Amino acid sequence: MSSSLKNLYQDIILDHSRNPKNFGLLEEYDRKANGTNPLCGDKVTIFLKLVGNVIGEAKFDARGCAISIASASMMTEMVKGKSIDQAKSLFEKFTSLVTGQCYKVNDLEELETLSGVRDFPTRIKCATLPWNAMVAAIEESDEEVKTE
Amino acid sequence: MATKVIEEMTRPVFDVNVLRQDFPILTEEVYGKPFTYLDSAASAQKPRQVIEAISKVYSTEYSNVHRGVHYMSQKTTDAMEEAREKIRSFVNASSIREIIFVRGATEGINLVASSWGRRNLSAGDEIILTMLEHHSNIVPWQLMAEEVGASLKVVPIDRDGVLDIDTYSNLLSDKTKFVAVTHVSNALGTILPVTELIRLAHERGAKVLVDGCQAAPHMKIDVRSLDADFYVLSGHKIYGPSGIGILYGKEKLLEAMPPYQGGEEMIDVVTFDKTTYADLPFKFEAGTPHIAGAIGMGAAVNYITAVGLENIAAHENDLLKYGTNKLKGIDSLEIVGQAPEKAAILSFNLTGVHPHDVGTILDREGIAVRTGHHCAQPVMDYFDIASTVRASLGLYNNRSDIDALVAALERVKEIFG
Repeated sequence: MSSSLKNLYQDIILDHSRNPKNFGLLEEYDRKANGTNPLCGDKVTIFLKLVGNVIGEAKFDARGCAISIASASMMTEMVKGKSIDQAKSLFEKFTSLVTGQCYKVNDLEELETLSGVRDFPTRIKCATLPWNAMVAAIEESDEEVKTE
Repeated sequence: MATKVIEEMTRPVFDVNVLRQDFPILTEEVYGKPFTYLDSAASAQKPRQVIEAISKVYSTEYSNVHRGVHYMSQKTTDAMEEAREKIRSFVNASSIREIIFVRGATEGINLVASSWGRRNLSAGDEIILTMLEHHSNIVPWQLMAEEVGASLKVVPIDRDGVLDIDTYSNLLSDKTKFVAVTHVSNALGTILPVTELIRLAHERGAKVLVDGCQAAPHMKIDVRSLDADFYVLSGHKIYGPSGIGILYGKEKLLEAMPPYQGGEEMIDVVTFDKTTYADLPFKFEAGTPHIAGAIGMGAAVNYITAVGLENIAAHENDLLKYGTNKLKGIDSLEIVGQAPEKAAILSFNLTGVHPHDVGTILDREGIAVRTGHHCAQPVMDYFDIASTVRASLGLYNNRSDIDALVAALERVKEIFG
């Protein structure tokens, strides 16, 4: 198998896609946003519960590929307990990592494993869709997030 | 002499490995692997006969058409009109007046929806579509229905992807003014019984448009024997260039329809008081056409006619059977769409693996397939899936291509465990 494929489908990513963390509906939430990829019909909904300025709980419901599910799973794990500003900063870092703008960023921990997606331009949007939906939820945007 | 006759008699009628040599792109490598093209339903590759015909237009016979008095303009016009005649013969239309060059099937459908629809549809009328339609044969009708206050009725399918003819018959009524139906489903490959659908619609006085995009590369089209009122197809699906296609329409219907777009080419006399329109087919061809595209499409028609649509159909059916059996041998693979009458399309899913992930891994093995909803979301909704992997076959595909697909799918399973 090619090294870029191996890098894309690392065990940690496959584990998250098979057994995603924080998957499902959050009954009581403060913020919610939907994201879709019109090209493939994939969908994600992000739910956030806030404690003051801090994300107390984060869950997601989705129909998507291994990359988008793993990204949403790791993202929700990561942002729990973070302030809204920290979550937005992680969004910036993650986006620059997977789009290849930066090759080394701090603080992303296991999310760094998704950096391999930058070798697959058609798949970058799979990784960023849940993040864009999360930012839309934070900003209380009524508009559905779309990749296109 | 005798030897030559014997040679001709023993020469294989259809040798895919010889035909493959006509398609330069098939020798390309992708990620260092042989290029396996299984996405012809999205767009077919081009034989050198088409590539050379297009190159020849720009090298030796290019000018604007239908206008100039000079030699080159006449030469280009002749070449373009010769292409129109080839396409007329290809679909067995009565007259070249019935062959309108458009950008592709999508524009052909929009032309009919706008021009015929605005003139003939009114509030309360019904338009019947099928669940198998490509978005291109849904949205133009939605737009027109909304504009005039007509409504859309949709004919369902069963779990094999076969159209429910009984429901279709029941949906037909005196309110039905138009039926828009695909000849072959792009997502599942189902071949629809269009002759029967048209006959039933005509009994109610409704007109019928057939979207022939996926049918034309695989089977002989005869618009007169179908008795289709309108038939559209795209050049790029029949091994010709993109950006060109045709709308066939019965002459009487086309004559009664108002122009679709205004501009040059489609006029007779223009004054600020009144404009009179050109005769068919030019009434619907505003602006300088895609000249090289039309000529290239003519070359593509020549090519598949020479290969023989019966030969192509037989080869693809054989390959479809081979592929279906091979795919059925893969655990956890489910074929979506198993109509008994089917064109060379294999739509499927691997349990637990998203089509995009399958597509990415196949891509790195050099295999091009389509993943997604195939611009046919109603079909996906019916099967309660977001998307499928679609391997679609063309005349140049062979058993090695299927074997490469099957081997790569095994890799997918290895990766995803």
